[in-house]
Amino acid sequence: MARKPEPKQKNIGTTGHEWDGITELDTPMPRWWLWTFYLTIIWGIIYMILYPAIPLVKGATPGLLGYSSRGAVAEDIAAVSAKNAPLDAKIVSLDLAAIGSDPEVGTYANNGGAAVFRTFCIQCHGSGAEGAVGFPNLLDDDWLWGGDIESIYTTIKHGIRSEDDDDTRLSDMPAFGDDYLSDEEIASVAQYVLSLSGRATDETLVEDGSVVFADNCAACHGDDGKGLREMGAPNLTDSIWLYGGDLATVIETITYSRRGVMPAWSVDNKLSEAQIRQVAVYVHELGGGE
Amino acid sequence: MSTDTEETPPQLYAAREPIFPKRVKGKFRQLKWWLMIVTLGIYYITPWIRWDRGPGLPDQAVLIDMANRRFYFFWIEIWPYEFYFVAGLLIMAGLGLFLFTSALGRVWCGYACPQTIWTDLYILVERWIEGDRNARIRLHRQKWNLHKVRLRFTKWIVWLLIAVATGGAWVFYFADAPTLLVDLVTFKAPFVAYGFIAGLTATTFIFGGFMREQVCTYMCPWPRIQAAMMDEDTMTVVYREWRGEPRGKHRKAEGADKLGDCIDCNACVAVCPMGIDIRDGQQLECITCALCIDACDEMMVKVGKPTGLIAYITANDEPLERAGKPPRNMWKHLLRPRTIMYFTLWGAVGLGLLAALFLRADVQLNITPVRNPVYVTLSDGTIRNTYDIRILNKFQREETFLISVKSLDDDSEFDLELQGIDGHMIVVPADTTYSQRVYLNVSPDEPAATRDRTDVRIWIEAQTNGERASVDTVFNGDAP
Ligand code: SF4
Ligand code: SF4
Repeated sequence: MARKPEPKQKNIGTTGHEWDGITELDTPMPRWWLWTFYLTIIWGIIYMILYPAIPLVKGATPGLLGYSSRGAVAEDIAAVSAKNAPLDAKIVSLDLAAIGSDPEVGTYANNGGAAVFRTFCIQCHGSGAEGAVGFPNLLDDDWLWGGDIESIYTTIKHGIRSEDDDDTRLSDMPAFGDDYLSDEEIASVAQYVLSLSGRATDETLVEDGSVVFADNCAACHGDDGKGLREMGAPNLTDSIWLYGGDLATVIETITYSRRGVMPAWSVDNKLSEAQIRQVAVYVHELGGGE
Repeated sequence: MSTDTEETPPQLYAAREPIFPKRVKGKFRQLKWWLMIVTLGIYYITPWIRWDRGPGLPDQAVLIDMANRRFYFFWIEIWPYEFYFVAGLLIMAGLGLFLFTSALGRVWCGYACPQTIWTDLYILVERWIEGDRNARIRLHRQKWNLHKVRLRFTKWIVWLLIAVATGGAWVFYFADAPTLLVDLVTFKAPFVAYGFIAGLTATTFIFGGFMREQVCTYMCPWPRIQAAMMDEDTMTVVYREWRGEPRGKHRKAEGADKLGDCIDCNACVAVCPMGIDIRDGQQLECITCALCIDACDEMMVKVGKPTGLIAYITANDEPLERAGKPPRNMWKHLLRPRTIMYFTLWGAVGLGLLAALFLRADVQLNITPVRNPVYVTLSDGTIRNTYDIRILNKFQREETFLISVKSLDDDSEFDLELQGIDGHMIVVPADTTYSQRVYLNVSPDEPAATRDRTDVRIWIEAQTNGERASVDTVFNGDAP
């Protein structure tokens, strides 16, 4: 009498594998598993028809839904911009000085400004806004054209020495080496300039230099050498030097002049009004804003 | 009729054989009913427990607040950076499972796994509506008629209701339950809530109603992993074949005195939710639900034989029993290096978490020095370093903090400035993280101005109760 229950399927063999006398039954797979497998194939086919799938020489088959990840990103960006439009409108309508502390748009303006800055400004001013030789550091409290938000805004909007914008600002320091001053005069005025920050190396020339300075430089840099923002003339008495404050560099600057440039970001709508305001807020809050 | 003796080739795929577990009574079944009530109770009721935390904070005792990134558990509130608590709890759950598995085998599968609990519940419903095993087998074989349609339909409706309740309960853990319930029925709830409910309803309905043992045998990875934690001292459900065999029904027939204790009533097979015969030895399908023990014991009592023909025993007791010796003391099996080790680890993690929980501060300060550039020279020669600090105010009230700085290396005087704020007071709303940019300025004649690195400590002090937190950082000077 067969006591053991009937195996579910009589002729199940073993797989032929054997480990230490243990063999493995060759039990059939469950049928639903097979169906699941077929389902995945059907799913795959539908997916292939609907979405980009088969790679061809020039790109892949587009799929019926016309999906592309690039298109999806563009859609996302458009959606976000649409959502931000009212915020941007508010930024444009607000008084510049009120934007940064506005509870609704303040943080948005700052972060938007940071994004604009990282895209368009870091090439010259550095990723931390620390500047470089010839490109102002925006973290300190020394500003060629003014560090209040209005001035920063104007500078960004119209640029410096921009050829595309009639409202652009420019400083116009002559190259004193071209027939204006002799080498001796330049050497002495350079010593005088250094003496303004207490760093003259040859005290004997300072006296002569002060005369040269009064005749040639004081018009823009001021009698006391503290600069004049309307002219974009830097303060010569502080610790900050755009091109370097050592004697050789100062002589070079006097001899050949300096002509920094900055694009006018409003021209051709390179940046929108809202973006310009955002980045102005951002720069103003970097630490040196007035 | 064909006399073909050739074997048909083995099939590669086989349809599921339906299983009709019979009702059983006994101590294990009783225990399992209780476990079912407790676990399902916890699952369904927990989101509805209220816990007052004061104004502006959720009053749900257990809440995973994704939007605000908080996890509330009664009096405990976990912030995202404290996720190690969750990780720790998961590790404890893992080690706990290891411990139980090494001591009691697939006890998780047999008693506590949601798959087992919900399947049990579904079988209970099935039995209420369609009757016990024999009635269900009859119904299964019978052709479709109004009677069958009515029974099947009722059963599926009840199953579906349970499934919806199961999926529904899940989402209440992630939002205020009463509000969400109203939103759900008025179709104002977020789409993701409906998505989760639909998904979990489908899996509950399919896994509990139709897949059942197939989930355990073919889909779940846990049984295969469990095997690594079991050894000869692990308790498993075993048929004492040395006592039961040779089995036989006909107790009065000739040679009956040679028969073992198994009366071949098939009770153990009829109750098995996995559809196996424990008398064939240990099998990978067996979830050690112990229902066959209850079934067999009931029979043994009826025929006046000792119970325990099927029982929890360990592999290394088997040779002892075969040799007629008594099995070893159960504690000898339970207390062995493996279980002690799992328990120690489990306890260590638990103690660590408890300690961490009670040592948590209500205020925390993080700092990120802005290293790009490391310092800025201002026009008067002042050296400035910039830091972004984050204050975590875990008080459930708005708090004002006084911020101050001290050099750890010398007596350099630092001038601390807050971006956009006059003075040194920072107001942080209740239960929030607050970011603030801080400048440390040092005049050019202080030593720190010309030293490469100066260690500094930044303090914040809560103004209401004086609780302090500090963080150390570095000030970079303009080293020559
Ligand atoms: S095999 Fe998996 S699904 Fe089945 S009871 Fe065990 S843990 Fe649960
Ligand atoms: S053999 Fe026994 S313990 Fe194992 S699953 Fe079946 S009834 Fe449960």
